[in-house]
Amino acid sequence: MSCEEYLSENVKKVGTSLLWQFFELAKTTPNVISLSVGEPDFHTPWHISEEGVYAIEKGRTYYSPSRGLLQLREGICDYYDRRFHVTGYTAENCLVTVGASESIDLVTRACLNPGDECIVLDPGYVAYEPAVLLTGAVPVCLELKEEDGFKVKPEALKAVITDRTRMIILNYPSNPTGGIMTHEDYEKIIPILKEHHLLVVCDEIYAELTYDHTPESIGVFTEIRDQLILVNGFSKAYSMTGWRLGYMLGPAEFITACNNIHQYSTMGPMTPAQFAAIEAISDKSDKDIQTHFDSFKIRRNFLVAQLNKMGLHTPMPEGAFYVFANITSTGLKSFDFCTKLLQEEAVCVIPGTAFGRSGEGFVRISYAYSLDELKGAVERLARFVRKYNSR
Amino acid sequence: MNEMQLLKVLENDPRATITDLADILQESEEEVLRTKAKLEKSKVICGYHTVINWDKMNNDRVTAIIEVSAKPERDSGYDSAAAKIARFSEVTTLYLMSGTSEFMVFIEGQTMREVSDFVATKLAPIEGVTSTVTCFLLKKYKVEGFIMEDDRPADERMLVEP
Repeated sequence: MSCEEYLSENVKKVGTSLLWQFFELAKTTPNVISLSVGEPDFHTPWHISEEGVYAIEKGRTYYSPSRGLLQLREGICDYYDRRFHVTGYTAENCLVTVGASESIDLVTRACLNPGDECIVLDPGYVAYEPAVLLTGAVPVCLELKEEDGFKVKPEALKAVITDRTRMIILNYPSNPTGGIMTHEDYEKIIPILKEHHLLVVCDEIYAELTYDHTPESIGVFTEIRDQLILVNGFSKAYSMTGWRLGYMLGPAEFITACNNIHQYSTMGPMTPAQFAAIEAISDKSDKDIQTHFDSFKIRRNFLVAQLNKMGLHTPMPEGAFYVFANITSTGLKSFDFCTKLLQEEAVCVIPGTAFGRSGEGFVRISYAYSLDELKGAVERLARFVRKYNSR
Repeated sequence: MNEMQLLKVLENDPRATITDLADILQESEEEVLRTKAKLEKSKVICGYHTVINWDKMNNDRVTAIIEVSAKPERDSGYDSAAAKIARFSEVTTLYLMSGTSEFMVFIEGQTMREVSDFVATKLAPIEGVTSTVTCFLLKKYKVEGFIMEDDRPADERMLVEP
């Protein structure tokens, strides 16, 4: 038998992301400036790292309970109360996972059956659709529009719900669009989610990076509490990507079900990282969140102003650290735009189509870079756009 | 416009141009220019400063940090002694402190002898100064938030990430 024949049918449905194709291309391009990363450029604040180092020094290198350290799970519940006014969760509603990615994997495996439909946002983060496919369920794309600020609109949501729809995966603030959902935006879709008994999974990993509105968690809508799973993590708010720590909050029955998979697959995240996370999730780190927020906001404003000046129509994204720039004025398709930009100016940005078919006509530009780095990249990008806009 | 935001941006990046500042603060260039000039005139912005690690330039400079004890004066307190100390160009920084002495004075010179002479002949004799303790600075590790020899890796992130 060939290797291919040993693979499961579900795995065969999951291809290599377009994103990694660009990684290979970028690696071979000399003097490349990349605006394609999905993690902050800040170091983990030292008072957090130091707690991890101290845990190792004290020999806290044993297994932790598979659900995560109790003090951490309680800290996470307090954090959601303190920062987002989401109350009522206790440690039994919390599961600490290996990054937010594991939470997504667990909840899809725990709750989807082959043939079920799961609504995913398009454009949306690259991991959701494969997670659904791996369960044998069917991802159904909910197309988001630039003119709607890439928000979920009630009519569009209703249009994709069928008798087989079991779950919807939301992600706000959004990677890749930078779109957010305000309290009023959520209010319009909550009755639909409730009426159709959809299991709502909301990835709120960028919640702390909401710029011009109060950060909003869908968790404040207690009327859907029994059908809601919140996913979050430490990577973006605390610059802790490499520590691989995430978590989910939800009804105790779901948490137990997810833990039933988690205890066999990973047995839980690294223990010293959890001790560092206890420090991170406390109010001692709120000042770090603010410092990073201020820097990202400066960069966002600078980058969006530059993109508009060079002729790329770019509304101000309201969250995360990405600009989803409309490149239709250049007459190029997303993939061609990115390939030519890499070849001609050695600047790497990601085609919008890497995030779904609705990403055609857009590119994702990350501003997780210093202002000096952004200035250098913008100079090259402007030269490229002027060349194609004038054709 | 929000003056605090302008000051925060300039504190981190004094090189930012008026155009950059206008983009970052989402204000017109005229408004930024006007506000910046006002803050400069009112001495809220006292200067634009570059942090340099002179040790890397084989530049012979001596810095001394001097604890100065002083007596307060009727009406002016410590201000009159401070004004006399601050006038010397050798004094780069001067703070009034709590603790065992009143002032912390930073002095720069070419040699230790030059700095010692300055303390003996200019600083100590100032009216109101009662004693001095001179400490010579040996090495700078962190200045104004900048680590001088940061051995942490610069940017080791992958070129492309989801």
